[in-house]
Amino acid sequence: MQQRLARGEAAALGELYDRFASLVHSQASRMLDDESAADLVTREVFGYVWENPDAYDPKQGSMRAWVARLTHRESVQRLRRTAAKRTDDEYDGRGDDDGDDAAGFAPADLEERVRLATAAARADYIVASMPAPLRAALELAYIQRRDYRQTATDLGVTEDEARRRLRLGLQLLSTAHTRPLEGSSPPGYGRPL
Amino acid sequence: MTDDPDGRDEGSREGDKRDDEVRGARRIPGPRAAADDFDPDRFTPPPKAADDFDPDRFAPPPKAVPVTQEHDAGPPASKLPHRVLKALLGAWALTACSAAETDAVEAHLTECAPCADEALRLRDAVGLLHTDRSLDLDPMLRSRVLENCLSRRPAKIPVPEWASPYDAETARLDALLRDIGDSEWHAPVRLKWFEGERGVNRKTTVAGVIGHLMTVDGLVSTALGLDDPLAESVPDAPRRGSGLPLAPTHRTETYWSAARRPPTRTVREPWRDQSHTLIRTVSFAGRGVSDLSVSYGDFALPLQDALLDRAFECWVHAGDIAEAVDYPYEPPSAAHLHRMIDLAARLLPAALAERRRAGLAGPARHLVTAGSPGRSLHLEVEGSGGGNWYIALDSPAALGSPDHTVAQVALDGVEFCQLVAGHVPPVEAAAGQRGDRDAIRDVLFAAASLSRL
Repeated sequence: MQQRLARGEAAALGELYDRFASLVHSQASRMLDDESAADLVTREVFGYVWENPDAYDPKQGSMRAWVARLTHRESVQRLRRTAAKRTDDEYDGRGDDDGDDAAGFAPADLEERVRLATAAARADYIVASMPAPLRAALELAYIQRRDYRQTATDLGVTEDEARRRLRLGLQLLSTAHTRPLEGSSPPGYGRPL
Repeated sequence: MTDDPDGRDEGSREGDKRDDEVRGARRIPGPRAAADDFDPDRFTPPPKAADDFDPDRFAPPPKAVPVTQEHDAGPPASKLPHRVLKALLGAWALTACSAAETDAVEAHLTECAPCADEALRLRDAVGLLHTDRSLDLDPMLRSRVLENCLSRRPAKIPVPEWASPYDAETARLDALLRDIGDSEWHAPVRLKWFEGERGVNRKTTVAGVIGHLMTVDGLVSTALGLDDPLAESVPDAPRRGSGLPLAPTHRTETYWSAARRPPTRTVREPWRDQSHTLIRTVSFAGRGVSDLSVSYGDFALPLQDALLDRAFECWVHAGDIAEAVDYPYEPPSAAHLHRMIDLAARLLPAALAERRRAGLAGPARHLVTAGSPGRSLHLEVEGSGGGNWYIALDSPAALGSPDHTVAQVALDGVEFCQLVAGHVPPVEAAAGQRGDRDAIRDVLFAAASLSRL
């Protein structure tokens, strides 16, 4: 895929979109809580990949993980830009040195928002990429509101196994809080989006 | 929680089924092994067994003795040992235990710091789950995103303009298929078309429709020298070249009857792979390939029209599927709809002549020399993708002409396409009619006769 993109094959770009658009868009929506902003992030992420296919290093992980990192980066930048703009607006264009402390978007609030958005996006990614048996157990217990005995019956496994899957699934999910996407992004991904 | 992990496709292609995140997650300081391997039959817990599997995470043992005594009077569940309770933490965090187990876990948490710690983490993790499906992608976003990319870096190997409706429609249908559940693949679908003077139909399933699309798209693959997907289902058939039927209906029936089991969602991948391969192949083939003849058995179309025809059928059947599983589905973009209408308008004079030969349409009134303007019907298509077309009535060799119009029909673009797809009876089709009534009737019936399985 990377070679085809580098070669300038428009058909490869279409396939790339078909594979990753829903990942990019849902992650951006989750982080920004804004449909049209998510559309723009989607546009930017694919634009970046298309312009910089060589920035992907297969040694660093799957292309899917790379695209997820790019989406995170672009979404965070958008959050920051929106916050900065709001601060500027409140100051009516004058001075941005000490504006942060006074009103509008306190930096701490912004950082908290970035942190929460990151965890949410990361959680979606973890759920999507966790082993299917764990995901199925979590879905039954959380969405269908089945207890673990019913979950065991539905999945055709022992109650022990159902308990194990629920606990393991949540353990995986809980890493969303502790391993931010940006922390796992190695340097050298070319210019910022 | 989305039900679209997308990782299914990804995993197999990247050869890296478990992404680095999941690998990384194994770094959780591991309280798992012993509790997970817990075997209820063997279990006679020594009081200190819990400490063995998790030494580094354990706080100094809580003052267990007095607490245990305190709970002697409580419900029996509170006597569950540490590792049973620990194994229950996931179910507890999801409120998926019995009331007695919940009480027992919560009592335990007041006296066991490591469990309390994990319980908190898992509870927080539950907060990250959500029930709302991720919003469906706006299908028109694809073309906007791709356009933006191509304006930033022009393609060295572009997708030919005439292949773009097929590219867009297969992508839209694929997005719909991604969103439907396993059981919906078996939802009944009634395919409708028009034969002779009346509508007919054939029952299949969502998966059956995709198999039908794949099998007929295979005509284009065959013309391009690619593998014929029908060869997969027919034993001993050659993968390329002659031998397999060409007529779309025959192909489809061969495919359906060759299947030992009803088709399932597994048909999505070969269908999608074939459409991606077709788009890629015509991109590399360059300009000359657009006029390559694609045989449909008793007629043929140049490649660019054949792909447009396939785009049209893809949309029509996507609409059938969407209806069967109760999803909304929009018509193609105006530019693509216009091309589809244009193709139908260009095919109409020949369809009319064929019906005439079969005695189903009135006789030619006024023959002209080939290439000269002849009696015409003005087809006025309104709304998205609309325009004006002049259909030569007496011979496919004549030119349609505004100056020789004897009748006019006005209808909406999508309505016209529904007529061409055989989904609307010709007698109910046109909103506005003026002029020669026989000409109007013959053209509307000819339009419906363009439909097939």
